[in-house]
Amino acid sequence: MRFVLNGRSVAVDAPGSRRLLDVLREDLGFTGTKEGCGEGECGACSVLIDGAVVDSCLVAVGQVEGCNVVTVEGLADGGQLTALQQAFIEHGAAQCGICTPGMLLAAHALLQQNSQPSDGDVRIALAGNLCRCTGYTKIIDAVLACRT
Amino acid sequence: MTDSAASPAVGRSVPRREGADKVTGRAHYTDDLVVPGAWYGKTIRSTVARGTLRAITLDPAFDWSRVVVVTADDIPGDNVVQLIRDDQPALARVGGEIRHQEEPVLLLAAPDKGLLEEAARHVRLAYEAREPVLELERATETYHTIEIVKGDVATALRVADLVVERTFRVGLQEQLYIEPQGAIAFPYRGSGPGAGASGVTVIGSLQCPYYVHRALKRALGLPDEQVVVIQAETGGGFGGKEEYPSVVAIHAALLARKAGRPVRLIYDRHEDLAATTKRHPGVITHRTGVGRDGTLTAQDIEIVLDGGAYCTLTPVVLSRAAIHAAGAYACPNVRIRARAVATNTPPNGAFRGFGAPQSLFAAELMVEHVAERLGVASLDLRRKWMLRLGDSTATGQVLTESVSAELVLDAALKAAPTFQRPRPLGSNLPRVRRGRGLSLVFHGSGFTGSGEKKLAGKVAVECTAPGEFRILTASTEIGQGTKTIFSQIAADALGVPIDRVTVGAQDTSLVPDSGPTVASRTAMIVGGLIRDAATELQKRLTQERPPLRVDRTYVQPDTVHWDDATYRGDAYPVYAWACTIADVDVALDTGEVRVTDVVTAVDCGKAIHPVMAEGQIEGGSLQAVGWATIEEIKMRDGRYLNDRLATYLIPTTLDAPRIRTILVENPYSGGPFGAKGIGELPMDGPAPAIIAAIHDATGAWIDEVPATPEKVLAACASS
Repeated sequence: MRFVLNGRSVAVDAPGSRRLLDVLREDLGFTGTKEGCGEGECGACSVLIDGAVVDSCLVAVGQVEGCNVVTVEGLADGGQLTALQQAFIEHGAAQCGICTPGMLLAAHALLQQNSQPSDGDVRIALAGNLCRCTGYTKIIDAVLACRT
Repeated sequence: MTDSAASPAVGRSVPRREGADKVTGRAHYTDDLVVPGAWYGKTIRSTVARGTLRAITLDPAFDWSRVVVVTADDIPGDNVVQLIRDDQPALARVGGEIRHQEEPVLLLAAPDKGLLEEAARHVRLAYEAREPVLELERATETYHTIEIVKGDVATALRVADLVVERTFRVGLQEQLYIEPQGAIAFPYRGSGPGAGASGVTVIGSLQCPYYVHRALKRALGLPDEQVVVIQAETGGGFGGKEEYPSVVAIHAALLARKAGRPVRLIYDRHEDLAATTKRHPGVITHRTGVGRDGTLTAQDIEIVLDGGAYCTLTPVVLSRAAIHAAGAYACPNVRIRARAVATNTPPNGAFRGFGAPQSLFAAELMVEHVAERLGVASLDLRRKWMLRLGDSTATGQVLTESVSAELVLDAALKAAPTFQRPRPLGSNLPRVRRGRGLSLVFHGSGFTGSGEKKLAGKVAVECTAPGEFRILTASTEIGQGTKTIFSQIAADALGVPIDRVTVGAQDTSLVPDSGPTVASRTAMIVGGLIRDAATELQKRLTQERPPLRVDRTYVQPDTVHWDDATYRGDAYPVYAWACTIADVDVALDTGEVRVTDVVTAVDCGKAIHPVMAEGQIEGGSLQAVGWATIEEIKMRDGRYLNDRLATYLIPTTLDAPRIRTILVENPYSGGPFGAKGIGELPMDGPAPAIIAAIHDATGAWIDEVPATPEKVLAACASS
């Protein structure tokens, strides 16, 4: 089966029931997507599927056939950090960093849909992504700094 | 954010050194490492809380030649997880004792996860079960006791105008780092001299490489040089990766050595929640004596902590709990009796704050109760009682510098927004009450008493080539910013731009033992050693040429005096201080508590990196908000019932208030650039402030955390 990963078409030979998370990490080597709980509670494995934030631990790879999948590796364009990634560094939004890929994708999806989110909008958009280091304040500030 | 030699790095929020790797997915955590040929490991655990392991049966219907099985009989060294007391076996042995539900009994490794699970289903354990001890009140075995005595508390209580007594309870809490525990072990066979001897390298998610190193040497019976421990990028610790990674590493190493190939032992969240250490629950009773004018004359405090099934770090946790138990207040007559007991619950261990959040919770609420009985404002009582320069603590430590109770109290009050009550109520929230609470706490930086002296932490700073510098330390980066602040400190001491300084890998074959990454000691103690080494290196470079390396070992200043036997003296080199103001909304119909605002003023001595210092405080504060409100562990038969993330809840963005941090800088002469440790401090203040706020909102006193809706409703009903 095939799908588009970070802008490139990929072919995978895996049972359709295999978790997208495992296909990404183990079969394709995209380890930026993390596993925190394996049951869709923490959001560390968040990816974008056709622009929507989804927990890749709950998705069977067969479900993304023909879809457009974006992982954290697909954000920076040719090594150039996005404004959001830069804001995460400057605002101290990444501490241990394990939730960061999922947070970035959830925030990226929000900013794609709403270029002027409020504090409340950001909180709703990131509510499925747990962070234990920051207390969220600096993550929210980083996202708010990227309003255009 | 550009760096130049002209501008000092310390005090500036320079970019996190590994920040780009973390925002691009390039940072490699343990489970991200690709290891060709590695097998997967699994731990088979007890299913009873207490008893004797009678038999392990491997079902003959399964082909065991396809997997590797490790039992206690396969342990070449001592069957013990080396820490304080040798009571915790790496694996329970047949005929041996089972002390808790998650006791590791047997290890499996297989080339794929499906086969591993199939093998696990064919292991049968037989026990002779015994009645477990699950409540600390019923415990008969004591791990440790501490008594701190100052003045004459019995007489002071007898003559006090008013004596207030109250008992408080604190619950279990899971650290809940988002990356679960994990390690990968690589066996190797030596060549050259000593050929045939086989060693092991373990890469893992951990805070303290040398703790794991010592534990592996002991269990595997190997000398120093045949064990190497390397920290992978680590997705949070909060104490949970202080001592527990030794268990994971020993298990992975045993499997790898028997399998003759690398083995990955990565916990899933369920196993991590069920089996790893938690914050010690406890019961704390205060009897406080005051004069009619509110003068504090006596504090009689009893602390009982539940250590769980094995000792782990419990005596040290108890020590920090006891030393902080009187709170940030000066009292002439103090008696603190602290005891840690054994139960048949999974072992409790290190967690940010390390006993202090438990005892400070009680101490802070005592101020509220005494104020209520006296009919005065608790804020006024705090001002009357608070420790000031020249005052002495419960251990008789005279505070000679960087004493900031008043500074942080004033700073927090100034920053807190005007409190409005009642707020306009929405039509769908007819019965919501708003309240505000405040707490004032202190937290000792560094190891207790003579701990740092015994530890004798080491670092090195080297000049590898002209203008190229490297820091060698075992202190780990677990999100708190170690690599960045160490680079800042070294750069300024060397007088070079920060990009000239790198930090060597946390690999025991490369870096000296700087002591564990715990106890709010990294910035202050290890950072101080780095400043000293870098300063000397810079001096020597005026005469000598690179490569050049300067090593430093911690030497306790002769001004610090501590007596382990009597618990008298300078418990910590210095204290950090915090005042927290929390606002809550309490829904009277559901008992739900929503923390709407937190302002916290913290004296950190000097913020080496202001943004990271704020980040530590905000993250620690929210962890404390969780402990105070929603993080509850329910137990049945010695097993945690809510051992999944769907049932063990931590605050999300929707639960979290906007936490505002006020950094107060009252420098400490012994810290690098004046810095004090603040990693744990933010865990101390929010819980009592929130309970006081709930009282302010409802008039009901709750004597325990977490203040779950059930407890809030019950307290409101009875008040």
